[in-house]
Amino acid sequence: MTSYRAAPPETLRIVPLDALTLIYHRASGITHVVDAPVPELLEALGVGEFTVDQLLATLQDRYDLLDADPAALAVRLDELVQAGLVERL
Amino acid sequence: MTPGWRLAHVLRAPSLAMDFTAREWTELFAVARAEQMAGTLAHRLNGLALPAAVQRLVDDAIASAGQVRLAALWEAEMARRALAPLGMPVVLLKGTAFAAAGLSPSVGRNIGDLDILVPRDRIGEAEAALLAAGWEWVKPDPYDDAYYRRWMHELPPLIHRERDRMIDVHHTILPLTARITPDAEALLAASEPLGNGLSILSRPDRLLHAAAHLLADGDLAGGMRNLWDIHCMFASGASSGLTERARRHGLIREMARAARLSHALYGTEVPPEWQGLGVIDRLYLRRLTARDGWGRQTRKLTRLGFYARSHWLRMPPLMLARHLWTKYRKGYRPVG
Amino acid sequence: MRHATRLAIGPAAFRIGSDWRAPIAALDDLYRDYPKPEVPDFNVHLFAARPWRKFLRPAVHIGGDYTIPDAAPLPLAQGLLAAEMGMNLQMALAQRRFLLLHASAVERGGRAVLMTGISGAGKSTLAALLMARGWRLMGDEFVLIDPATGLAHGFPRLISLKNQAIAVVRAALPDARFGPLLPGTPKGDIRHLVPDARAIAAMAAPAEPALLLFPRFGFDAAERPVPPSEAFVRLTQASTNYVHLAERGFDALTRLVRTVPARAIDYPDTESGIALVEALA
Repeated sequence: MTSYRAAPPETLRIVPLDALTLIYHRASGITHVVDAPVPELLEALGVGEFTVDQLLATLQDRYDLLDADPAALAVRLDELVQAGLVERL
Repeated sequence: MTPGWRLAHVLRAPSLAMDFTAREWTELFAVARAEQMAGTLAHRLNGLALPAAVQRLVDDAIASAGQVRLAALWEAEMARRALAPLGMPVVLLKGTAFAAAGLSPSVGRNIGDLDILVPRDRIGEAEAALLAAGWEWVKPDPYDDAYYRRWMHELPPLIHRERDRMIDVHHTILPLTARITPDAEALLAASEPLGNGLSILSRPDRLLHAAAHLLADGDLAGGMRNLWDIHCMFASGASSGLTERARRHGLIREMARAARLSHALYGTEVPPEWQGLGVIDRLYLRRLTARDGWGRQTRKLTRLGFYARSHWLRMPPLMLARHLWTKYRKGYRPVG
Repeated sequence: MRHATRLAIGPAAFRIGSDWRAPIAALDDLYRDYPKPEVPDFNVHLFAARPWRKFLRPAVHIGGDYTIPDAAPLPLAQGLLAAEMGMNLQMALAQRRFLLLHASAVERGGRAVLMTGISGAGKSTLAALLMARGWRLMGDEFVLIDPATGLAHGFPRLISLKNQAIAVVRAALPDARFGPLLPGTPKGDIRHLVPDARAIAAMAAPAEPALLLFPRFGFDAAERPVPPSEAFVRLTQASTNYVHLAERGFDALTRLVRTVPARAIDYPDTESGIALVEALA
């Protein structure tokens, strides 16, 4: 089962501005300009390792998700893997 | 003393610069930048009592080298993530290897593309994994592509579509066309794991790769920096086993010459049989230090000679003729 | 190089070398009131690609410590422009002390107005006309943000006026010093304006950024606030060294967009542009 791990919190500078959020990733030197649910995803991932189903359960607990769709979540995670903010294990 | 030699002397003994005139400082940095060594120079000078204008140059160069190092290490990390599922050995080469292992040549060093070494029979898998992870071909030209695959010691360069950074995937450290054929399996077998799934070459192999890169692979461009790498590696430990290893890879002449040049340029402590200079060595030294006070290359005739020589070393003559002809028809001219 | 000069513009110092006398003579004349630094930050080379091209159809190649491979050469008559482009190139490629923003800036009462936008938005013209109205010119091309303080440092090089703007600014500043008219450059006719004595005297004095403007020339007068996230993205695009400054760049830019109000302004002609800027500042 594929699991995911977020970049360690101490490597991320997260600065919310109006509608969007800036994330400076210290390990890469790359600035990401992101929209919801990226900050929420990173926070939920925290410092652990999660499968898509485990992460979905965590998000449902915290945010009362209405459209709990594992496929959609997997797509978001893959984008973060491409960006280097999440590692696929 | 020429500006190129002055840079070598200051790298060797930074306090020599303490009584420099403004003009000498100006020329020192112009040459260091041209040699891609401003960060190295800055780290050597930092901590001395420098004029304010020079300290600013030093601070800027140190900050700049820090960012370059960060970006280079991140490229290595992203390549590691892309290749990890394949479970194959991935060996970092050159600048990224020095930085990842925290070795002395990496202090302030400029780092260009990411160079990695993988087993030759698995290079296709590595290529597929990198393409799937966002790297793309740089050269759509079919001749170039066939040429690289057939004769060079690497895949055609790949560039990452988001990060705009290049990776060179090698399966040995010299082209298959070169007369010297280092033992690629031995390089992989002796490589040293870094603990994160990546490795670097063993100490003797790092030295031999630097020597091969300087003398058998390139046109000596960036030679002062290459020799500084070699100088730092000699300075950081004994060179036992180096001679045997050099013989095994067929690089004994290159290693000896690189050691002689490093000794002459930077005063590197090398075994006595690798000291003293021949006529050809002196030519190399002239070429290596051929910079004017603006950092521009001087002695263009020597330069052209080395350009042709570089191609000869990499390719047997008939192949060279075919290569140049194909290039020529496309309107390509060697840079003189 | 046979001919050389040195000059400092704001916090950046240059040594310019040339195979020809004329570009250096032009710099020495127009920059005569600027300081001459001892040790420059950057070197610029104006050179002939082949020795005979010093004399035969002389083409000025632009190089320096940092170069791009395909910088097209200019005719010798445009040597002054080549020197300016060479200095800009060094700043764009290698400035590492300050966050470099492609913007013009003017200052009054210690408060700086930064104007950024694509080429043709009228940054240089607005800056020159505001200088004519008593603002201190900080620069028409680059503004430098100090990551340590958040302050804006000026880069008051010669103001590069193009095409119709040349006559407009000459009318507003009849007594100012201008360089020679350079017709037929890659950007049309160009004429350089020497910043006034006050701009040169105060060029080392930074100012607090007070307003970020994103002007657009040739549209009906309009104005809207720009949210910080949009300002951030637009300023990263207007910066050549944001990425290279790493976390210092992130700090400098987030601080700027969070503390300084930003407005997009459209203006149909220079008078209404000036009026809009002065009403907002």
